Amino acid sequence: MQAVPVPPFEVFYEENRDHVFRLLVRRLGGQRAEDAFQETFLRALREYPALDHGGHLRAWVSTIAERVAIDLHRRRSLWDGADIPDLESLDEQPTYDELRDLTASLPPKERAAVVLRYGYDLDYNQIGAALGSSPEAARQAASSGVRRLRKKELS
Amino acid sequence: MTVVPSDLDRRFREAAAAADLLDVAYDLTDSPLGELLIAASGRGLCRISFEPDSDFDQLEREFGRRILRVPARLDPVRRQLDEYFEGRRREFELEPDLTRLPDFQRTVLHELVRVPFGEVTTYGALAGRVGRPRAARAVGGALNRNPIAIVVPCHRVVGSTGSLVGYAGGIDKKLALLRLEGAIDTIC
Repeated sequence: MQAVPVPPFEVFYEENRDHVFRLLVRRLGGQRAEDAFQETFLRALREYPALDHGGHLRAWVSTIAERVAIDLHRRRSLWDGADIPDLESLDEQPTYDELRDLTASLPPKERAAVVLRYGYDLDYNQIGAALGSSPEAARQAASSGVRRLRKKELS
Repeated sequence: MTVVPSDLDRRFREAAAAADLLDVAYDLTDSPLGELLIAASGRGLCRISFEPDSDFDQLEREFGRRILRVPARLDPVRRQLDEYFEGRRREFELEPDLTRLPDFQRTVLHELVRVPFGEVTTYGALAGRVGRPRAARAVGGALNRNPIAIVVPCHRVVGSTGSLVGYAGGIDKKLALLRLEGAIDTIC
């Protein structure tokens, strides 16, 4: 069987950048996902000349992204351990961690829509794209999630 | 629509170039002669092509697979080409990277860069200038594979009778460039 050739980096990047960005937003939230995105593709560039075939490139770059996300988490845990105030908690918007607990009971799609909308301030075009649905479907998922949370709060 | 914010996309591309991780940075740019592929290696300008698609693959074969579109990296090239086409520039201040070419072709192209704006020379004269007066045909072959059109001015080389002869980008483009430079009257 002939090996799949490795494409020029531009082609690989265009085919995988959205997938990687979505993955990192799920793991880290909007702002930190941006740092991790850049780091992921810089690492991929460093390793790119050593690839000997172009099969499974998405799995390969996803693994790099996961490693970058874990590194960022670890770095953050070290900071938390040193009792340094977490700047995110000073923001008025609820942090990912708060929302994660608050929304734990929601169906996955609604939960993701609520977190992306109210935790990371993404618009519905971005959320729809991240969830693989239309902006309108993303809006409905977020508002239905919020309704569900309100009901829960009242009960 | 892509999910990645365009600002983030731009920052990654520029960071990749700044970290010196690319074999080639490229961009596509409009010109009066159609869309051009422009590209730079770590050593300098390595491509100006009238045929973006086929030459993109060629870049990979020559320089390596780490090719990325980085418009900012090509800003000086785009700006100088615009000025040239607007008639505001006669010389380019761009370092061509001809290091990967065979010796003879590199010598010919370096000599060709000395032919000034608005003038023309012949294949035979150019052969003489590189010390190979009988190698006019080989000079033609070297020019035919010129990787950096316009800046390495192979459009300024004509046949011994003053006829335009060939041009890899097409005779119409050669004619347009010579007309732009005001050289057309001297050869027709």
